[in-house]
Amino acid sequence: MSVPALVVKDLTKVYNNGFKALKGINLSVQQGDFFALLGPNGAGKSTTLGILSGLVQKTSGTAEVMGFDVNTEAFSARRYLGVVPQEFNFNQFEKVYDILITQAGYFGLTHSQVKDEAEKLLKELDLWEHRNKQSRMLSGGMKRRLMIARALIHKPKVLILDEPTAGVDIEIRRSMWEFMQELNNQGTTIILTTHYLEEAEQLCRNIAIIDEGEIIKSTSVRNLLTQLNTEVFILDLNTTLPDNVSLEGFDYKRIAEDGLEITVNRGQSINHIFAMLTEQNIEVRSMRTKSNRLEELFVALVKGYK
Amino acid sequence: MSMLRIQWVAFNTIFQKEVRRFMRIWMQTLLPPAITMTLYFVVFGQLIGKRVGEMDGVDYMSFIVPGLIMMSVITSAYSNVSSSFFSNKFQHSVEELMVAPVHPLTMLFGYVAGGMARGIGVGIIVTLVSLYFTSLQIHNIWVVILVVVLAATVFSLGGFVNGLLATKFDDVSIVPTFFIAPLTYLGGVFYSISLLPEFWQKVSLLNPILHLVNTFRYGVLGISDINIMVALSMLVVFVVLLTLWSLWLLNKGTGLRK
Repeated sequence: MSVPALVVKDLTKVYNNGFKALKGINLSVQQGDFFALLGPNGAGKSTTLGILSGLVQKTSGTAEVMGFDVNTEAFSARRYLGVVPQEFNFNQFEKVYDILITQAGYFGLTHSQVKDEAEKLLKELDLWEHRNKQSRMLSGGMKRRLMIARALIHKPKVLILDEPTAGVDIEIRRSMWEFMQELNNQGTTIILTTHYLEEAEQLCRNIAIIDEGEIIKSTSVRNLLTQLNTEVFILDLNTTLPDNVSLEGFDYKRIAEDGLEITVNRGQSINHIFAMLTEQNIEVRSMRTKSNRLEELFVALVKGYK
Repeated sequence: MSMLRIQWVAFNTIFQKEVRRFMRIWMQTLLPPAITMTLYFVVFGQLIGKRVGEMDGVDYMSFIVPGLIMMSVITSAYSNVSSSFFSNKFQHSVEELMVAPVHPLTMLFGYVAGGMARGIGVGIIVTLVSLYFTSLQIHNIWVVILVVVLAATVFSLGGFVNGLLATKFDDVSIVPTFFIAPLTYLGGVFYSISLLPEFWQKVSLLNPILHLVNTFRYGVLGISDINIMVALSMLVVFVVLLTLWSLWLLNKGTGLRK
């Protein structure tokens, strides 16, 4: 069996002001995984990623990337790691292309070795035509994509992304999701933190929820979602909803002339709803979930923990 | 890829980035010392120097040229590293280095080499400017080269420590303004310490910049107020001490890691 991409054991971090950011967390991420670390602000997500990438000093515990300890074998661990931090952290006066080439140089790769990769990444991330601009001239979305390109220039096996799509518009966010999914399909292990729970639900296979410096849940997204006891659907209808509509066994309410909100409990079948509606000559145009499922669960878990 | 190869490429990358930086902003880095030193040569060398006459057996203009060249070298080397490194810290772009497999020694040498390049480059510019005002006859070229390289190294290392410890932009200007500038002006750039009362001569000997200036002056003119071997040894000791201090701070993560 291959070595895990990431193993964290009893990791703690106490900042100089006495704040306990991590209280002994344990995590394991297998190679090829798409893993999300979720938690409210100040939960310890960025501190965890900071320790992994060498930007934050741990207080105790261990962390390994591809089997190399991030402290005692830091140089080996870092060769496998690409880091996209939360805040923009490139030199504002350096040109886009130079930022990539400089980062490659820090990993021992010369310009001639990475120029094709730099061109490929910049083209894939729609930055090629901006390559000669100073980074400060880029829009927020472009800066986010530049940080991803920079983190990938040395072809890391593990990519850490700390809220990679924060502040970017929906279109760019979707294209970044596609890019990350493609990257993961090619074998790169991806670990991300995000505030967009939809992002975690769409992209990630496994998930850990962290709060107040402790992991309160670590499982697969699928397992987590099965813990939902109810789910609320919105049905848009092609016909006006009659006053005497009947959906026996389901909680439902009329939300418009042609709209219905139905709560489906675990074990109930949606097919049953459609069958009853069809019997009453009510045609469904479309169906959607009322809110993000993971978000509901996340709120419930964090509330329950507190 | 071997770790040594990675460190070599990383060193070159840092060095080239630093050179690219000070060349890009040459109006702030290379031009001002040339203008300032031209003014020194005109005002102190030509206008006032004519009335001063000779100092230690040479005309005043020739006497002040080595000191002014050395002053340019040390201030440029120091400020290049301190401001560049602090600016990288301030913008967090230093994190690009910290997440990479770059050894602290590579990081240190890369920035110091950048500072030395600017210090020596400015020294050459000021020397060329001085040739318009006086003719320079080099007494010992090896002493000249050795002292310039050592001085640029010591002050680049000093700038690096300053950049590491600085938490705000004010901290970067404190050392040059309150320590380097006074020590330089009192370091025998414009006068021989033989002009001072005996007590102040002894006090002056505690000033490391006096030793630097006089060693360089010895290389150029063959005259010195001090023993140049002591000065060169002192520079080597400073290089070693500042290197160890920088490495200790880097390994501790001072100013870099939370």
